[in-house]
Amino acid sequence: MTIASSSPPSRLPPGAAEGARTRPSTNRAKASEKPGDGRLAAVFLAPAMLGFLVFLLWPTLRGIYLSFTDFNLLTPAEWVGLDNYVRMVNDPIFWNSLWVTVEYVILNIGVQTVAALAIAVLLQRLTQSSVLRGIVLAPYLMSNVVAGIVWLWILDTQLGIGNEIIVGLGFDRIPFLADETWAIPTIAMINVWRHVGYTALLLFAGLMAIPNDMYEAAKVDGASEWRMFWRITMPLLRPVLAVVLIMTVIGSFQVFDTVAVTTDGGPANATNVLQLYIYDSAFGRFQFGYASAMSVALLVVLSAITILQYRLTRAGQTDLG
Amino acid sequence: MRFRFRTVGALAVALALSLTAGCAQDGGTGSSSNTVTYWLWDANQLPAYEACAKDFEKQNPGLNVQITQMGWDDYWTKLTASFIAGTQPDVFTDHIQKFGQFADLQVLEPLDDLGIKDSDYQPGLAANWIGQDGHRYGAPKDWDTVALFYNEKMAQDAGLTGEQLGNLSWNPKDGGSFEKAIAHLTVDKNGKRGDEPGFDKNNVKVYGLASKGGGYADGQTQWSSFAASAGWSYTDKKRWGTEYQYDDKTFQSVIKWFFGLAKKGYMAPLSDYNSQSNEGNVQVAAGKAASSLDGAWMISTYAGFKGMKIRTALTPEGPTGKRATMMNGLADSITKNARNKAGAKKWVKYLASNECQTTVGRSGIVFPATPDGTDAAVAAYEKKGIDVSAFTEPVADKKDFTTFSYPITGYAADVQALMEPAMEDIYGNGKPVSSLDQTNDQINLILSQ
Repeated sequence: MTIASSSPPSRLPPGAAEGARTRPSTNRAKASEKPGDGRLAAVFLAPAMLGFLVFLLWPTLRGIYLSFTDFNLLTPAEWVGLDNYVRMVNDPIFWNSLWVTVEYVILNIGVQTVAALAIAVLLQRLTQSSVLRGIVLAPYLMSNVVAGIVWLWILDTQLGIGNEIIVGLGFDRIPFLADETWAIPTIAMINVWRHVGYTALLLFAGLMAIPNDMYEAAKVDGASEWRMFWRITMPLLRPVLAVVLIMTVIGSFQVFDTVAVTTDGGPANATNVLQLYIYDSAFGRFQFGYASAMSVALLVVLSAITILQYRLTRAGQTDLG
Repeated sequence: MRFRFRTVGALAVALALSLTAGCAQDGGTGSSSNTVTYWLWDANQLPAYEACAKDFEKQNPGLNVQITQMGWDDYWTKLTASFIAGTQPDVFTDHIQKFGQFADLQVLEPLDDLGIKDSDYQPGLAANWIGQDGHRYGAPKDWDTVALFYNEKMAQDAGLTGEQLGNLSWNPKDGGSFEKAIAHLTVDKNGKRGDEPGFDKNNVKVYGLASKGGGYADGQTQWSSFAASAGWSYTDKKRWGTEYQYDDKTFQSVIKWFFGLAKKGYMAPLSDYNSQSNEGNVQVAAGKAASSLDGAWMISTYAGFKGMKIRTALTPEGPTGKRATMMNGLADSITKNARNKAGAKKWVKYLASNECQTTVGRSGIVFPATPDGTDAAVAAYEKKGIDVSAFTEPVADKKDFTTFSYPITGYAADVQALMEPAMEDIYGNGKPVSSLDQTNDQINLILSQ
């Protein structure tokens, strides 16, 4: 009896079962509030709210407004209606940039998610070592710019140690970052290397929430590790995996720094990702109205993808409990 | 509780105020009525300008020059941001590539009252900084030309003397003696030279000429010397042209020949080039290329290569019977909203003076714009054992040489943005040079707006 009564809470989020049993406690919580707590909470919330308004809401609204203007920053914005959007639709470089970005996202997310999942599962099933977890996270401690520069040197066609090794093995040099075919996959892999540890740890945290007794029960029933992965791990990890995917897809669409330090959009626009094109249009060519229009387009695309992902992966629902 | 709430509230307000104050201080240039703020990007030149500032402050008691140096990329980004935020420096080092855009944006202060005379500076330098409205926006600061840097040992191994390399000629049909020299300097992994039977162009150990990339819209240290010595010019007018001429058949034949050097294996392919990790000078320093076309601002860099003797040669004579090299120069500009405009004008006048330019020349880093400053620089280079005649001769020799200026037009950033991928497509992807017709049309359409 004692065992039976202690088991439900372990399968439910902490406090969920208790909360269901003790609904009146809400009133007790209200009763425990002291005068002035609301104002104190407001004071604590104010900086975050101020940051949200100043750094997110206002720039977004202003960006949307500017997308309908011709604006060079130094003279007043001039209303041009949908001109920037018409130009965007007819701009082959915009479509090339969008396609290059999508290509990067697919490669980056595809490889990163599979690798991160594999690492997370191995960490969960094979070891409890926090040292190993730390090692997995190590590349994430480096900034994107530093990672980009380091890999740029390693992969340089003529001088890079990576290519020296390739030549030493008897193969031809590979222009990793200087060839149209290789450049985007290479940048995607640099970012996979940089981010896979962090993604793996997010998934690992999700795996830790799966009750161990499920695996034990499956083992008793004779299930293999492979079967347990597909029948227990994947279904129960789905909400976490969905949120991680949404986060990484949004992050991937915003790739900028790695490209800026390794290829700067070249060769021949082969790596001119959308963020770089937006940046160049705004700060290089002073076409802030057009850059804003492309930013709004990116916002719409990302919002649509996020909603779609959220729906398809049922990210808000859990199969636990 | 009441006390704690007030305390927290007061702290929050204090924090907000300190942040606001901090922003104002940070964003500002820290200038006051007796301070002139000055930005430049070249760390090598910083000591020389600090010396100028010291002299200037002595001559102008009460005025204080605050110099800020930052790298090339950061420089332009921060300058743009500073114009927007109203925290721009009083004076900044300006580049001709950016000048057209700044003039369009009307962020520069006219300098007509400084008394800048063309005759006080090397030919053409002062005139470059006059806008389409007829006002002067820059005071000449320094100049540079382009020449061929080469590894003396590799040249000797190839049996080429300095005199031979300084007397080359070229043409777009067979490349002339220049192509022959570059081919002979090229060595494959089997030790065969580029002009020898059995040369393996796919396994080159040392390229005759380093890659400097596609050259954007100007090709300053890539193809500009060849195009100009073939009689081509960027635009329909010397300055503030309204039409580019990248669709010109002569120009396209030059480009076809020049990038064709890479196809033959004599020049490093585009895939070997990276502006961040493997510039032309790096390829020479690493022993992967025997020569590189580069600008005078790189003299000290090439001279500093350890265990390597680097010499310089004139650019080759072209089909016009003349040699050509781009003569470019920087200037000092005052921002329209400078806080200390009076002080800024005094400082710029001093920067453009023979006095400051001679001080800068003595540092042996750059060729100042005044003839005396140039002489001081030549003497300083000589003292260091560096022969700079390949850079100075074109300026002095009006008979056999053509010096030409960087293209000065509006929409420079748009022109660069369109030409960069177009040239890389030809160099790296083998796209036909006739594709430049379409790019040229796009550029001229922008210019006609």
